[in-house]
Amino acid sequence: MTQSVVVQVGQCGNQVGCRFWDLALREHAHVNKKGVYDEALSSFFRNDLWNEDRGGVKEQCNIRAGLIIAYLNPQAVLVDMEEGVVNEILQGPLREVFDSTQLLTDVSGSGNNWAVGHMTYGSAYREQIVDKLRKAAEHCDCLQCFFLIHSMGGGTGSGLGTRVLGLLEEEFPEVCRIVTSIYPSAEDDVITSPYNSILAMRELTEHADCVLPVENQSLVDIVNKIKQMSHIGKPGSVIKTDSSVISGQGGLSGAEKPFDAMNNIVANLLLNITSSARFEGSLNMDLNEIAMNLVPFPRLHYLVPSLTPLYTLADVSVPTRRLDQMFSDAFSKDHQLIRADPKHSLYLACALMVRGNVQVSDLRRNIERLKPSLPFVSWNQEGWKTGLCSVPPVGHSHSLLALANNTCVKPTFIELRERFTKLYRKKAHLHHYLHVDGMEQEFFSEAVSSLDSLIEEYNQLDATKGRLVPDAPRLDIAR
Amino acid sequence: MSVVTVQLGQCGNQVGHELFDLTCSDARGGQRRLYGSASCERFFHQTAHGGMSYSGCVFCLYGTTAYLFLSFCWSELVARAILVDMEPKVINQCICRASRSGMWRYGDTSYFSQKQGSGNNWANGFCVLGPRHRDEVEELVRREVERCDRLAGLMAIMSVAGGTGSGVGTYVTRCLRDIFPKSFILNHLTWPYGTGEVIVQNYNSVLTLAHLYQLSDAILVHENDTVHRICSQLLNIKHISFSDVNRVIAHQLGSVLQPTLTADSDGVYGRNPIGELVSALTCHPEYKLLSVSTIPQMPSSSIAYSTFSWPGLLKHLRQMLISNSKMEEGIDWQVQLPGASGRTRSLIAPSFNTSLANLLILRGKDVYSAETGGFEDPALYTSWLSSEEAFNMWKSPVPFNKYEKSATLVSNSQALLRPLDNMVGKAWNMFASRAYIHQYIKFGISEEDFLDSFTSLEQVISSYSQLS
Repeated sequence: MTQSVVVQVGQCGNQVGCRFWDLALREHAHVNKKGVYDEALSSFFRNDLWNEDRGGVKEQCNIRAGLIIAYLNPQAVLVDMEEGVVNEILQGPLREVFDSTQLLTDVSGSGNNWAVGHMTYGSAYREQIVDKLRKAAEHCDCLQCFFLIHSMGGGTGSGLGTRVLGLLEEEFPEVCRIVTSIYPSAEDDVITSPYNSILAMRELTEHADCVLPVENQSLVDIVNKIKQMSHIGKPGSVIKTDSSVISGQGGLSGAEKPFDAMNNIVANLLLNITSSARFEGSLNMDLNEIAMNLVPFPRLHYLVPSLTPLYTLADVSVPTRRLDQMFSDAFSKDHQLIRADPKHSLYLACALMVRGNVQVSDLRRNIERLKPSLPFVSWNQEGWKTGLCSVPPVGHSHSLLALANNTCVKPTFIELRERFTKLYRKKAHLHHYLHVDGMEQEFFSEAVSSLDSLIEEYNQLDATKGRLVPDAPRLDIAR
Repeated sequence: MSVVTVQLGQCGNQVGHELFDLTCSDARGGQRRLYGSASCERFFHQTAHGGMSYSGCVFCLYGTTAYLFLSFCWSELVARAILVDMEPKVINQCICRASRSGMWRYGDTSYFSQKQGSGNNWANGFCVLGPRHRDEVEELVRREVERCDRLAGLMAIMSVAGGTGSGVGTYVTRCLRDIFPKSFILNHLTWPYGTGEVIVQNYNSVLTLAHLYQLSDAILVHENDTVHRICSQLLNIKHISFSDVNRVIAHQLGSVLQPTLTADSDGVYGRNPIGELVSALTCHPEYKLLSVSTIPQMPSSSIAYSTFSWPGLLKHLRQMLISNSKMEEGIDWQVQLPGASGRTRSLIAPSFNTSLANLLILRGKDVYSAETGGFEDPALYTSWLSSEEAFNMWKSPVPFNKYEKSATLVSNSQALLRPLDNMVGKAWNMFASRAYIHQYIKFGISEEDFLDSFTSLEQVISSYSQLS
């Protein structure tokens, strides 16, 4: 069984991360009734018998499955340059779970400035960060993947987060790096978010193995949709509130905080991606298979996620939404986690991770059904990667996560670039960045040209869409 | 003589498990002592319980004395198999399920697993993981082979789409060839669904087949698409799971490998199944791909109500061969052999499937009365082999797996030509745009290696096309 380490950076990263750990505990509690530390738990948690903070038994624990759970310690590193969020975590119900050696905080924050996060704090805390990462990695028998959670628009998540990404590549080059990035919406309240995002994008393109972009606006739309469904109150459409993808009920936290609903969606995304690596199934899909199958060219590693179903109906006499509906929904633009319409752009590759009681015939039937309406690139006409995991998520009988490497990310990037240009043209707020030690104007121009070439690569692929590309002539063998 | 099986990757282990389950229950059905003991010896070794000696237990299998005696000194059947996978979940499942059956189990230490899989990357399996764990896997195989009185051959079961079965499997086959240069090696491959289970499946398949062609004596192929159709159209299964698919594959594979009386076996059950298969079918190094069809296949609830006759079964099977349909439904009866006078193909009639060699295996009641002349027609075969050499038959009077009569055809013919051609075509298209190649280069496979593999397979395709 492989282990993963979660690195959460910045306010957004830590809030999402906090929801993730809460929901992960809920899911394992649901599946693991006996309270025995098993292989599935070991992928994200250590069974910690020795913890000086808690005066635990002073014997070095071995991560052996079969022991009763003593203290579950998440394999995580929490980084933030101001204390508010991390302190809140440490005073909340998850305080039992984290260990002070996993945290790295400072007082004053990054002021929404990528350069401060990346250069100033990045250099100042480099040793400590590497140290904490090493410790987390050493506790793992077989470390497979680092999950980095951060936002693109701020200063810490964006700047320091991408610095951490670079450090991960340097120190652990063989471990896969999957980054969940929250992109700012157009009406973001941080004025410099376009600068921060573009500067961070370049790091993501160069150092990450896969990026799962998530847009705040899509999360808001999904939350509104679910709330609308739950308020209709029509018989037959009342939803089970604890089963929706935004609910944190059953977890440790008490009252829901404002961004919790949106963050729960992202947390569920991470849980579903790792489900096949943790639980058994008839067609397993490991994390390294995701990068292998979905990234045809090294820089084109932006995978658009979509989760279905969003909720289950409470009334059991209503027949459960057909399985086929779940598959259709995964490709509709309402369920994507960025504002994009994959059906009208070109698919380079697509992965379907199914959880629950779904058989291979259902999977095949739906792929056959949906394939004609989805444009795939000419050299990957049957580019589907499928995984079947037998354990469904809490509150659902089955669920589907679709990850699409699709050119529909292009409009998002183009829009980001336009917002950047609007500010950069006037050199607005630029001096805040250039005043930081180590920051130069070239960073901006290089970041923009990196993004431009990425957009150009997507453009070239788009140009082949709809065109009948002839098959490459086969090798001729002398007879 | 015994067959040692190496199960590789998720598919290999799942199929292998179903195969051993099937052979064990087939061997133990009533009224079949000699068959049962031949089958057990081929696939299992026995461990005695308590103070019973080995010979004591063999005696009780042969003897007719009461079942009381049988259960008293019941010895356990332990599969002659090694389970190899790069992640532990599937192996654990197989071992548990086997033990729970109570009838047979896997050896306590006959498995090798790691923590992290191969990531669907053939290069990772072949260049990194295979060599890294070579010694341990070889040791396991050696120990299992030493337990055999006489080795009939080695069988490797794997899929071609993933990373472990294909990459590590190919490397292990190469090791087996190095350690046992004179033994027969049979590879059983499962080809993935055409519409994809793994995106890079065509690359993995091309690399696997090209390498195996140099190493293996015979390559027996099952395609997921075909087996899926058998499940849905013949077995009427509504929600087909991989277990259903694997059971059909095990049934067909079992009907090939269970004991039979062959022309060379002098009235007893043959002791050299893989050797005889290889000499019957893969006489030429360019032609190693074998396809399997078994009839009848029907839901087990219907078997009791159906009657079978050898003429009917053989007629269908022959037409299945000619028209290249892998199952009993939807056979194209329009396809005919060309007239004996001319070998020119008519432009209007659909072309038929030319065979290099065929092996017909009949199991069940009245098997000696079956009339198989239809398979000896020279028009079925390519011109450079006489039909006496090209056609072989094995028989067994014991009904197999609840079917009163069943017939299996193992065929070295153009049956796999189109699927192979499609697979190479798709891989070539992807290669032309160099998609995913950086993932393979990272682990040590270069573009030249790809080109070499493509070249070998184009050669194979050309050879098979020229059969007609």
